[in-house]
Amino acid sequence: MHLTREEEKGLSGEYGEATSTAYRILVAIGEAADAEKLVPIKWAHVSGVNYNTIGDSGLEFLKEISKDGKVKVNTSLNPMGFDRENLPELSPEFIEKQFEIARAYEKIGVIPTFSCIPYEILPIPQEGAQVSFAESSAAVLANSHLNIITNKESALSALASALTGKSPYSDLRIDENRTPMVEIVNEMDLENELDYGLLGYFTGKTIQKSCTGICNISENTDMWNLKSLAAGIGTSGSCGMFQPKKPSKFIEKVNYGKREMNETRDELNTSEDGQLITFGSPQIGIEEMSKIQTLMEGKKFTKPCKIFCPKSVFCKAKQYGIIDSLQRSGVEFVSDACTCLTPLINKKNYDSIITNSVKASYYMKTSNKVSVSLKSLKSIIKGYTV
Amino acid sequence: MKFDLEIKCKKIVGGRAKGKLLLSKKPINFLGMVNTKSGEITSSNNGFEKQNLKGKILVFPNSIGSSVGAYTIYSLKSNNVAPNGIICTNIVDITTASGCAISNIPLAFIDNQSCDDLVNCIKILGNDKESEIILDTEEEKIIID
Repeated sequence: MHLTREEEKGLSGEYGEATSTAYRILVAIGEAADAEKLVPIKWAHVSGVNYNTIGDSGLEFLKEISKDGKVKVNTSLNPMGFDRENLPELSPEFIEKQFEIARAYEKIGVIPTFSCIPYEILPIPQEGAQVSFAESSAAVLANSHLNIITNKESALSALASALTGKSPYSDLRIDENRTPMVEIVNEMDLENELDYGLLGYFTGKTIQKSCTGICNISENTDMWNLKSLAAGIGTSGSCGMFQPKKPSKFIEKVNYGKREMNETRDELNTSEDGQLITFGSPQIGIEEMSKIQTLMEGKKFTKPCKIFCPKSVFCKAKQYGIIDSLQRSGVEFVSDACTCLTPLINKKNYDSIITNSVKASYYMKTSNKVSVSLKSLKSIIKGYTV
Repeated sequence: MKFDLEIKCKKIVGGRAKGKLLLSKKPINFLGMVNTKSGEITSSNNGFEKQNLKGKILVFPNSIGSSVGAYTIYSLKSNNVAPNGIICTNIVDITTASGCAISNIPLAFIDNQSCDDLVNCIKILGNDKESEIILDTEEEKIIID
């Protein structure tokens, strides 16, 4: 991989230890991907925020980086483990270490978004801009719907991009890799956000390439459906981009019909019922929040319900009266966190939860060890309200 | 008379390291399988238990498991029980690449043929458990002394 003189200086330590470490990460990942060079990026979105996930060694690393590291581009941040303003019943040690992680990121200049939907908070750069997103659902959505370009970055590669303003020129950053050589032929009527999520999960699991076509889906479907589709794809494999298209004669096809949908649902739907309803993974934005409120008008949930959303969306919804309305319906709001990987939902407190999120169901099963009753929004409201 | 045997490798993280060879035929899950305080491999189906990473040149296919394993490698280095150098023989995965990058551990890639050559060289020299090798990723070579 070829480095410019400036990049060589950065690597050698001339601009400090954090920059040197960041360039080492980029060079390592670039060499492994046979990238010929680094390219500038306009926006980095960093993951690896939850103390649950990165632990003491991750915290130690971030404290070291924050000694002399500063981000070079707008950088947003994934959710942490809990709501900063509503401290949960976790050990004081856990809470303190989580805040230490947040402080380390803020010290290097990261915008404290604590959100997996940064595209609903920060302005989106111009079409074709290179960015570096570590949140898999956001990366897939960026490539497939937001007209910006990223690979599915890891926590460290996105952090390295934030500290240098660069990323290795490989894979989906290269135009010719953004044309699908394989496609999923959807045969199902996709009626709701859960149907999109299941299709996404099947796609990610089946397609080993970075880019895939999906036939027979609408390009203009609503944001919740697109987010669910992107999150499903991002959860189950290495695919980083989908393109809605007509079937092509010349490329490999995989069919998605009733059998595939049912098999996918059976893998993730591990319970008949649950003790808690959750909405999130990805976090709920203002559009979904309004949709839930409209459907819940005059109704109350018969089980506890948590909605995970960014703090900025919570504040906006509060202004519109949506928060008060949903709280009257029995909803509890959790900001700064998401269903996925939160320590708030664990097998000590819950045997199973009810959700419409495919991503949440995957992580509940594999990480939190909690079963999931997977149902669409409308089905949840039909079954669990008075 | 003294001579070196050299095997070409691809630089992933730059640096020079020397140590005894520790060969694993199976991938390692750093997050799940390693004691970061002692450097010991705590579980595997490799026949690998009780081996210690400290000071070795680890030669293995790749890491598996969560990319958080990168921080495990960092922890090993902070506790002074990390390998001196690492060589991947199947694929350079994100966990190993970023883990070695943040810990400043020289890392290289060699293909399966070169790995066989390396193992055979050590065997021919007659002391496969004790030989030290030098990993020089800047010069892109492995030297058997």
